[in-house]
Amino acid sequence: MIASLFFYLFAAVLVGSGFMVIASKNPVHAVLFLILAFFNAAGLFVLLGAEFLGMMLIVVYVGAVMVLFLFVVMMLDVDFAELRAGFLRYMPIGATVGIIVLLELVFVLTALFTAPDTIAGAPDAGVNNTRALGQVLYTDYVYLFEAASLILLVAMIGAIVLTLHHRVNVRRQVPSVQVARDPKTAIEVVSVPSRKGLSK
Amino acid sequence: MTIGLSHYLTVAAILFTLGIFGIFLNRKNIIVILMSIELILLAVNINLVAFSAFQGNLIGQVFALIVLTVAAAEAAIGLAILVVYFRNRGTIDVASVNVMKG
Repeated sequence: MIASLFFYLFAAVLVGSGFMVIASKNPVHAVLFLILAFFNAAGLFVLLGAEFLGMMLIVVYVGAVMVLFLFVVMMLDVDFAELRAGFLRYMPIGATVGIIVLLELVFVLTALFTAPDTIAGAPDAGVNNTRALGQVLYTDYVYLFEAASLILLVAMIGAIVLTLHHRVNVRRQVPSVQVARDPKTAIEVVSVPSRKGLSK
Repeated sequence: MTIGLSHYLTVAAILFTLGIFGIFLNRKNIIVILMSIELILLAVNINLVAFSAFQGNLIGQVFALIVLTVAAAEAAIGLAILVVYFRNRGTIDVASVNVMKG
Protein backbone atom coordinates (compact mmCIF):
# COMPACT_ATOMS: atom_id res chain seq x y z
CA MET A 1 0.00 0.00 0.00
CA ILE A 2 2.75 2.41 0.99
CA ALA A 3 4.77 1.29 -2.03
CA SER A 4 1.93 2.00 -4.45
CA LEU A 5 1.36 5.39 -2.80
CA PHE A 6 5.02 6.24 -3.34
CA PHE A 7 4.82 4.96 -6.92
CA TYR A 8 2.00 7.36 -7.73
CA LEU A 9 3.80 10.23 -5.98
CA PHE A 10 7.06 9.65 -7.87
CA ALA A 11 5.31 9.04 -11.17
CA ALA A 12 3.13 12.15 -10.89
CA VAL A 13 6.06 14.43 -10.00
CA LEU A 14 8.19 12.80 -12.71
CA VAL A 15 5.62 13.40 -15.45
CA GLY A 16 4.84 16.91 -14.20
CA SER A 17 8.46 17.97 -14.05
CA GLY A 18 9.10 16.34 -17.42
CA PHE A 19 6.36 18.50 -18.86
CA MET A 20 7.82 21.60 -17.23
CA VAL A 21 11.23 20.79 -18.78
CA ILE A 22 9.87 21.25 -22.27
CA ALA A 23 7.39 24.00 -21.43
CA SER A 24 9.22 26.40 -19.14
CA LYS A 25 10.34 29.73 -20.55
CA ASN A 26 13.63 30.01 -18.70
CA PRO A 27 16.21 27.29 -19.52
CA VAL A 28 17.61 27.48 -15.98
CA HIS A 29 14.16 26.48 -14.70
CA ALA A 30 14.09 23.70 -17.29
CA VAL A 31 17.40 22.32 -16.00
CA LEU A 32 16.16 22.47 -12.41
CA PHE A 33 12.96 20.64 -13.36
CA LEU A 34 15.07 18.02 -15.13
CA ILE A 35 17.00 17.55 -11.88
CA LEU A 36 13.68 17.03 -10.08
CA ALA A 37 12.67 14.51 -12.75
CA PHE A 38 15.90 12.57 -12.23
CA PHE A 39 15.38 12.48 -8.47
CA ASN A 40 11.91 11.01 -8.93
CA ALA A 41 13.16 8.51 -11.51
CA ALA A 42 15.75 7.43 -8.93
CA GLY A 43 12.84 6.95 -6.50
CA LEU A 44 11.11 4.72 -9.05
CA PHE A 45 14.31 2.70 -9.47
CA VAL A 46 14.55 2.19 -5.72
CA LEU A 47 10.92 1.04 -5.69
CA LEU A 48 11.80 -1.48 -8.39
CA GLY A 49 14.65 -2.87 -6.30
CA ALA A 50 17.44 -1.38 -8.39
CA GLU A 51 19.02 0.66 -5.63
CA PHE A 52 22.43 0.87 -7.26
CA LEU A 53 21.08 2.36 -10.48
CA GLY A 54 18.93 4.80 -8.53
CA MET A 55 21.88 6.11 -6.56
CA MET A 56 23.97 6.13 -9.75
CA LEU A 57 21.31 8.23 -11.42
CA ILE A 58 21.55 10.80 -8.64
CA VAL A 59 25.35 10.78 -8.50
CA VAL A 60 26.03 10.81 -12.24
CA TYR A 61 23.11 12.82 -13.55
CA VAL A 62 22.31 15.28 -10.80
CA GLY A 63 25.90 15.54 -9.66
CA ALA A 64 27.68 15.79 -12.99
CA VAL A 65 25.56 16.05 -16.11
CA MET A 66 22.98 18.48 -14.80
CA VAL A 67 25.62 20.68 -13.21
CA LEU A 68 27.30 20.75 -16.63
CA PHE A 69 24.01 21.77 -18.23
CA LEU A 70 23.46 24.46 -15.63
CA PHE A 71 27.01 25.73 -16.13
CA VAL A 72 26.59 25.98 -19.90
CA VAL A 73 23.16 27.61 -19.66
CA MET A 74 24.51 30.23 -17.30
CA MET A 75 27.75 30.75 -19.23
CA LEU A 76 26.20 31.38 -22.64
CA ASP A 77 24.77 34.83 -23.01
CA VAL A 78 21.80 33.90 -25.15
CA ASP A 79 18.58 35.78 -25.79
CA PHE A 80 16.22 32.97 -24.99
CA ALA A 81 13.08 34.94 -25.77
CA GLU A 82 14.18 35.16 -29.39
CA LEU A 83 14.76 31.43 -29.50
CA ARG A 84 11.17 30.81 -28.49
CA ALA A 85 9.77 32.79 -31.41
CA GLY A 86 8.45 29.79 -33.33
CA PHE A 87 7.12 28.05 -30.24
CA LEU A 88 3.44 28.17 -31.12
CA ARG A 89 4.07 27.67 -34.82
CA TYR A 90 5.52 24.22 -34.19
CA MET A 91 2.81 23.30 -31.68
CA PRO A 92 0.38 21.56 -34.11
CA ILE A 93 2.93 19.28 -35.78
CA GLY A 94 4.58 18.54 -32.45
CA ALA A 95 1.26 17.70 -30.84
CA THR A 96 0.33 15.49 -33.80
CA VAL A 97 3.57 13.51 -33.65
CA GLY A 98 3.40 13.29 -29.86
CA ILE A 99 -0.16 12.01 -29.83
CA ILE A 100 0.59 9.47 -32.56
CA VAL A 101 3.58 8.14 -30.64
CA LEU A 102 1.59 8.00 -27.40
CA LEU A 103 -1.28 6.16 -29.11
CA GLU A 104 1.13 3.63 -30.59
CA LEU A 105 2.68 3.02 -27.19
CA VAL A 106 -0.76 2.65 -25.57
CA PHE A 107 -1.86 0.16 -28.24
CA VAL A 108 1.29 -1.88 -27.77
CA LEU A 109 0.93 -1.84 -24.00
CA THR A 110 -2.74 -2.78 -23.92
CA ALA A 111 -3.09 -5.22 -26.80
CA LEU A 112 -0.01 -7.28 -27.40
CA PHE A 113 1.21 -7.79 -23.97
CA THR A 114 0.23 -9.50 -20.74
CA ALA A 115 2.36 -8.15 -17.99
CA PRO A 116 3.45 -10.02 -14.89
CA ASP A 117 2.16 -8.18 -11.87
CA THR A 118 4.60 -9.15 -9.19
CA ILE A 119 8.23 -8.30 -8.88
CA ALA A 120 10.28 -11.43 -9.27
CA GLY A 121 12.63 -12.02 -6.39
CA ALA A 122 16.32 -11.46 -6.64
CA PRO A 123 18.14 -14.36 -8.32
CA ASP A 124 20.03 -15.17 -5.14
CA ALA A 125 18.27 -14.35 -1.93
CA GLY A 126 20.50 -12.57 0.54
CA VAL A 127 22.63 -10.86 -2.11
CA ASN A 128 21.86 -7.18 -2.42
CA ASN A 129 21.41 -5.39 -5.69
CA THR A 130 24.83 -3.75 -5.85
CA ARG A 131 26.67 -6.98 -5.14
CA ALA A 132 24.63 -8.95 -7.66
CA LEU A 133 25.18 -6.29 -10.32
CA GLY A 134 28.90 -6.31 -9.64
CA GLN A 135 29.06 -10.09 -9.85
CA VAL A 136 27.52 -9.95 -13.31
CA LEU A 137 29.28 -6.82 -14.52
CA TYR A 138 32.85 -7.80 -13.64
CA THR A 139 32.64 -11.37 -14.96
CA ASP A 140 30.29 -11.98 -17.88
CA TYR A 141 30.12 -8.41 -19.10
CA VAL A 142 33.65 -7.21 -18.41
CA TYR A 143 34.25 -6.34 -22.08
CA LEU A 144 31.08 -4.23 -22.10
CA PHE A 145 32.34 -2.54 -18.95
CA GLU A 146 35.69 -1.78 -20.60
CA ALA A 147 33.90 -0.47 -23.68
CA ALA A 148 31.89 1.89 -21.47
CA SER A 149 35.09 3.20 -19.90
CA LEU A 150 36.56 3.73 -23.37
CA ILE A 151 33.47 5.68 -24.39
CA LEU A 152 33.90 7.91 -21.35
CA LEU A 153 37.59 8.43 -22.15
CA VAL A 154 36.79 9.37 -25.76
CA ALA A 155 34.07 11.76 -24.56
CA MET A 156 36.44 13.40 -22.09
CA ILE A 157 39.24 13.88 -24.62
CA GLY A 158 36.77 15.04 -27.25
CA ALA A 159 35.22 17.65 -24.99
CA ILE A 160 38.65 18.98 -24.02
CA VAL A 161 39.87 19.10 -27.63
CA LEU A 162 36.71 20.85 -28.78
CA THR A 163 36.65 23.57 -26.17
CA LEU A 164 40.38 24.23 -25.65
CA HIS A 165 41.64 27.14 -27.68
CA HIS A 166 44.87 29.08 -27.33
CA ARG A 167 44.44 32.82 -27.57
CA VAL A 168 47.34 34.84 -28.88
CA ASN A 169 48.78 37.86 -27.01
CA VAL A 170 48.28 36.23 -23.65
CA ARG A 171 51.18 35.99 -21.21
CA ARG A 172 51.38 32.49 -19.87
CA GLN A 173 53.92 30.35 -18.05
CA VAL A 174 56.49 28.36 -20.00
CA PRO A 175 57.44 25.63 -17.55
CA SER A 176 60.40 24.35 -19.59
CA VAL A 177 62.08 27.77 -19.50
CA GLN A 178 61.47 28.04 -15.77
CA VAL A 179 62.92 24.60 -15.12
CA ALA A 180 65.93 25.20 -17.37
CA ARG A 181 67.25 28.16 -15.34
CA ASP A 182 70.49 27.48 -13.52
CA PRO A 183 72.20 29.37 -10.68
CA LYS A 184 74.65 31.17 -13.00
CA THR A 185 71.92 33.08 -14.79
CA ALA A 186 69.44 33.31 -11.97
CA ILE A 187 71.61 34.54 -9.09
CA GLU A 188 73.97 37.49 -8.99
CA VAL A 189 76.31 37.66 -6.01
CA VAL A 190 77.12 41.24 -5.00
CA SER A 191 79.55 42.17 -2.26
CA VAL A 192 78.13 45.24 -0.55
CA PRO A 193 80.75 47.63 0.89
CA SER A 194 80.20 48.69 4.48
CA ARG A 195 78.25 51.94 5.04
CA LYS A 196 77.81 52.54 1.31
CA GLY A 197 74.94 50.33 0.36
CA LEU A 198 74.08 49.54 -3.20
CA SER A 199 72.86 52.97 -4.26
CA LYS A 200 74.95 54.49 -7.01
CA MET B 1 -4.04 -2.08 -5.78
CA THR B 2 -0.65 -3.43 -6.61
CA ILE B 3 1.71 -1.72 -8.99
CA GLY B 4 2.40 -3.90 -11.99
CA LEU B 5 4.78 -3.74 -14.85
CA SER B 6 2.29 -1.89 -17.04
CA HIS B 7 2.23 1.04 -14.60
CA TYR B 8 5.96 1.58 -15.02
CA LEU B 9 5.71 1.14 -18.78
CA THR B 10 2.95 3.73 -18.90
CA VAL B 11 5.06 6.27 -17.01
CA ALA B 12 8.00 5.57 -19.33
CA ALA B 13 5.76 5.93 -22.40
CA ILE B 14 4.44 9.30 -21.21
CA LEU B 15 7.98 10.48 -20.52
CA PHE B 16 9.18 9.30 -23.94
CA THR B 17 6.34 11.15 -25.62
CA LEU B 18 7.14 14.29 -23.65
CA GLY B 19 10.74 14.07 -24.86
CA ILE B 20 9.74 13.79 -28.53
CA PHE B 21 7.19 16.56 -28.06
CA GLY B 22 9.91 18.74 -26.54
CA ILE B 23 12.17 18.27 -29.56
CA PHE B 24 9.40 19.42 -31.86
CA LEU B 25 8.32 22.26 -29.61
CA ASN B 26 11.73 23.87 -29.02
CA ARG B 27 13.14 23.52 -32.49
CA LYS B 28 15.42 26.54 -32.14
CA ASN B 29 16.98 25.96 -28.76
CA ILE B 30 19.69 23.28 -28.74
CA ILE B 31 19.90 23.20 -24.96
CA VAL B 32 16.27 22.21 -24.56
CA ILE B 33 16.66 19.67 -27.39
CA LEU B 34 19.56 18.08 -25.49
CA MET B 35 17.42 18.00 -22.34
CA SER B 36 14.60 16.35 -24.30
CA ILE B 37 17.04 13.67 -25.44
CA GLU B 38 17.97 13.14 -21.79
CA LEU B 39 14.25 12.68 -21.00
CA ILE B 40 13.93 10.09 -23.79
CA LEU B 41 16.95 8.17 -22.50
CA LEU B 42 15.53 8.31 -18.97
CA ALA B 43 12.28 6.77 -20.26
CA VAL B 44 14.26 4.00 -21.95
CA ASN B 45 16.14 3.38 -18.72
CA ILE B 46 12.89 3.12 -16.75
CA ASN B 47 11.66 0.53 -19.27
CA LEU B 48 14.87 -1.49 -18.98
CA VAL B 49 14.93 -1.46 -15.20
CA ALA B 50 11.21 -2.29 -14.96
CA PHE B 51 11.55 -5.32 -17.24
CA SER B 52 14.69 -6.35 -15.39
CA ALA B 53 12.94 -6.22 -12.03
CA PHE B 54 9.73 -7.93 -13.09
CA GLN B 55 11.46 -10.78 -14.88
CA GLY B 56 14.12 -11.34 -12.26
CA ASN B 57 16.91 -10.88 -14.78
CA LEU B 58 19.78 -8.60 -13.90
CA ILE B 59 21.03 -8.08 -17.44
CA GLY B 60 18.55 -5.28 -18.04
CA GLN B 61 20.18 -3.26 -15.30
CA VAL B 62 23.62 -3.83 -16.85
CA PHE B 63 22.24 -2.49 -20.11
CA ALA B 64 20.68 0.48 -18.30
CA LEU B 65 24.11 1.22 -16.83
CA ILE B 66 25.61 1.28 -20.32
CA VAL B 67 22.82 3.55 -21.56
CA LEU B 68 23.57 5.87 -18.64
CA THR B 69 27.25 5.97 -19.64
CA VAL B 70 26.49 6.74 -23.26
CA ALA B 71 24.01 9.44 -22.23
CA ALA B 72 26.61 11.13 -20.04
CA ALA B 73 29.19 11.03 -22.84
CA GLU B 74 26.64 12.39 -25.29
CA ALA B 75 25.74 15.27 -22.98
CA ALA B 76 29.41 16.20 -22.52
CA ILE B 77 30.22 16.14 -26.24
CA GLY B 78 26.97 17.91 -27.15
CA LEU B 79 27.57 20.72 -24.69
CA ALA B 80 31.18 21.09 -25.87
CA ILE B 81 30.01 21.43 -29.47
CA LEU B 82 27.39 23.92 -28.28
CA VAL B 83 30.03 26.04 -26.52
CA VAL B 84 32.28 26.04 -29.61
CA TYR B 85 29.34 26.92 -31.84
CA PHE B 86 28.31 29.78 -29.58
CA ARG B 87 31.89 31.07 -29.50
CA ASN B 88 32.01 31.17 -33.30
CA ARG B 89 28.53 32.44 -34.04
CA GLY B 90 27.23 34.24 -30.95
CA THR B 91 23.91 32.39 -31.08
CA ILE B 92 22.65 28.87 -30.56
CA ASP B 93 19.87 29.02 -33.13
CA VAL B 94 19.59 25.63 -34.82
CA ALA B 95 18.22 27.19 -38.00
CA SER B 96 21.58 28.68 -38.97
CA VAL B 97 23.67 25.57 -38.35
CA ASN B 98 23.38 24.47 -41.99
CA VAL B 99 25.39 27.39 -43.32
CA MET B 100 28.70 25.46 -43.10
CA LYS B 101 31.10 28.16 -44.08
CA GLY B 102 33.84 26.93 -41.83
